[in-house]
Amino acid sequence: MNPVNYLYLAALLFTIGATGVLIRRNAIVLFMCVELMLNACNLALVAFSRMHGNLDGQIIAFFVMVVAAAEVVVGLAIIVSLFRSRHSASVDDASLMKL
Amino acid sequence: MENLIALLVAAPLLGAAVLLCGGRRLDAVGHWIGTVLAAVSFVIGAVLFADMLGKDAEAREIGQHLFSWIPVEGFQADIAFQLDQLSMTFVLLITGVGTLIHLYSIGYMEHDERRRRFFGYLNLFLAAMLLLVLADNYLLLYVGWEGVGLASYLLIGFWQHKPSAATAAKKAFLVNRVGDMGLSIAIMLMFTTFGTFAFGPVLESAGETSEGKLTAIALMLLLAACGKSAQVPLQSWLGDAMEGPTPVSALIHAATMVTAGVYLIVRSADIFNLAPDAQLVTTVVGAVTLLFGAIVGCAKDDIKKALAGSTMSQIGYMVLAAGLGPIGYVFAIMHLVTHGFFKAGLFLGAGSVMHGMNDEVDMRKYGGLRKYMPVTFVTFGLGYLAIIGFPGLSGFFSKDKIIEAAFAKGGTEGWILGGVALLGAAITAYYMTRVMLMTFFGEERWRSRPTASPDQPDVEPAAEHQGAHAEPHPHESPRSMTIPMIVLAFGSVFAGAFFGIGDRFVHWLEPVTGHKHGHPPVSALTITLSTVAVLVLGAGLAYLHYGRRPVPAVAPRGSLLTRAARRDLLQDDFNHVVLVRGGEHLTRSLVYVDHTLVDGVVNGTAASVGGLSGRLRKLQNGYARSYAVSMFGGAAVLIAATLLMRAV
Repeated sequence: MNPVNYLYLAALLFTIGATGVLIRRNAIVLFMCVELMLNACNLALVAFSRMHGNLDGQIIAFFVMVVAAAEVVVGLAIIVSLFRSRHSASVDDASLMKL
Repeated sequence: MENLIALLVAAPLLGAAVLLCGGRRLDAVGHWIGTVLAAVSFVIGAVLFADMLGKDAEAREIGQHLFSWIPVEGFQADIAFQLDQLSMTFVLLITGVGTLIHLYSIGYMEHDERRRRFFGYLNLFLAAMLLLVLADNYLLLYVGWEGVGLASYLLIGFWQHKPSAATAAKKAFLVNRVGDMGLSIAIMLMFTTFGTFAFGPVLESAGETSEGKLTAIALMLLLAACGKSAQVPLQSWLGDAMEGPTPVSALIHAATMVTAGVYLIVRSADIFNLAPDAQLVTTVVGAVTLLFGAIVGCAKDDIKKALAGSTMSQIGYMVLAAGLGPIGYVFAIMHLVTHGFFKAGLFLGAGSVMHGMNDEVDMRKYGGLRKYMPVTFVTFGLGYLAIIGFPGLSGFFSKDKIIEAAFAKGGTEGWILGGVALLGAAITAYYMTRVMLMTFFGEERWRSRPTASPDQPDVEPAAEHQGAHAEPHPHESPRSMTIPMIVLAFGSVFAGAFFGIGDRFVHWLEPVTGHKHGHPPVSALTITLSTVAVLVLGAGLAYLHYGRRPVPAVAPRGSLLTRAARRDLLQDDFNHVVLVRGGEHLTRSLVYVDHTLVDGVVNGTAASVGGLSGRLRKLQNGYARSYAVSMFGGAAVLIAATLLMRAV
């Protein structure tokens, strides 16, 4: 199968994730969309690795996974504590920083 | 002997400290403490004088170094005194007249509940004035200079409950500030030019400097002298200063402090001698002031203000003489001393008259007082004869010499200055005769008060003490007041002859100030005779105006000149229009520039930055999504740019 198709899939997944980040308010959904974007990147990296015939892309994909895992830990902790204090997971409620 | 010099200053300073810090416990004895300490200072002065007389003329200068005041590398200020013939003359005048006036004040201020404070201020004045004349450098002289200014301010405003006195004190202080600025600039110039401000080095090395610098220093010293000695253009404060108690007017504003300017000029003789332009300005200032003061003196109905005009005029003579250079210095100081005697005597006489007349100062409400106050009449009369220069009395010897020296200046200048001095002598005779006639001769105008009709001269006893409207009962003053007047009258009569005959005073001061005998274009006898002639003319004219005719109780409207002279020749109007209004306009335009230009630039910058940031602020709306959009937008732009670059 032509590896370019994987790239199309990756672009589609990235676009879905980015759209979700822009239009959804629920923090959990937002978070899942970010994960989707990251995994789309991973897919693209692995595809490039295959296309160029070396392992650099795959190694970077591992790095991305590690970073994503760390991000999930910190991000979920923030979301949980936000929810505890506000009883809502909407990101629009957390807009105190604006003037 | 040298160690006694500091005591001269210390005695009155101690008195001031004790009296001003001692509180009410000293109310009962305060005036005696003040008087005794002034007398102590006089006795020390007399001892030093006797010691000085025992030495040769060249070895008479002694000094005392107390301590280093500001010992800095390249800037040495010392508390050190110098006592030479010039200082000695002043020391004796200040402490002598000062002691007499302390004595007089005991009686004059008897009913004033703040008498202790008054004596404290008087002692403070004596200390500052002695410091001024004893200092051996200009910086210490400046300390004394400011000290007498402070004492003058405190004493003019002594009856501060009167708004007029408080204002007069402020006016004197402010006008003096202008002069003081001149002195401080002069001292700074000296320091940059000579690297020191001690009399000795400065005056000795004056010849090594350019004439321009010396002229600048001399003019600044003259400005200082104008402020302190009430010379045109800084003369306006002296008339108002008469709001102070009369002993103050006699001591500070007639005999001693106002002559400090003359002292300054004579002390700086070496600088003035080398700056002929500054000398010319000095003579002009003196000549203008001597006419100015005399004209003002002719129109004033307030006895003290008439005498103040006269003081201004007489100091004008001294400044004129000091500006003439070595032919005049000695006579400036000689006139200063004789003037100290007769003017203090005249003021004390005026105070005595006021004391007996319920503090009335308007001469139109005097008249015929010679019967009621014989001692005052005689002493005042002797002072009067002395000031107009009646042959044989003090003023004759000193003023005649100044007129002679003015003519001896030579050329057109000499004729003009001499003519002005002669004219001044005529006007002096006129206004002093006027004061004399209005006060002691003529009908008793104080009897015909608006409340009492003329045919009922005796008012009911109950009405006697109803304040200022009650008819006054002129009476002679107590002995503590008349004795100083008598002593000063002796001085007024004999001092001139003592100094003048055989050129005693000239020999005494010559080692300090230097002296050159002036050669007037006409003989000295002619000048003396014409002085006497103009004196008779002036006095005779005054007799025609005020002796032969009754004096109206209300001042007539008078000619334009009279009305202007009553307003001090419009000096205050001039100051108001030129300085006050001018200053106001200047500040107003500066404020306008400040508001429009400076504030405009600053506010404009702030407003534009504020507007811009207000717009930028809208970007920060706090919604995570919008930040995400800008992130995505930025990433898109970056990618687009990268692609574009690669395509090119």
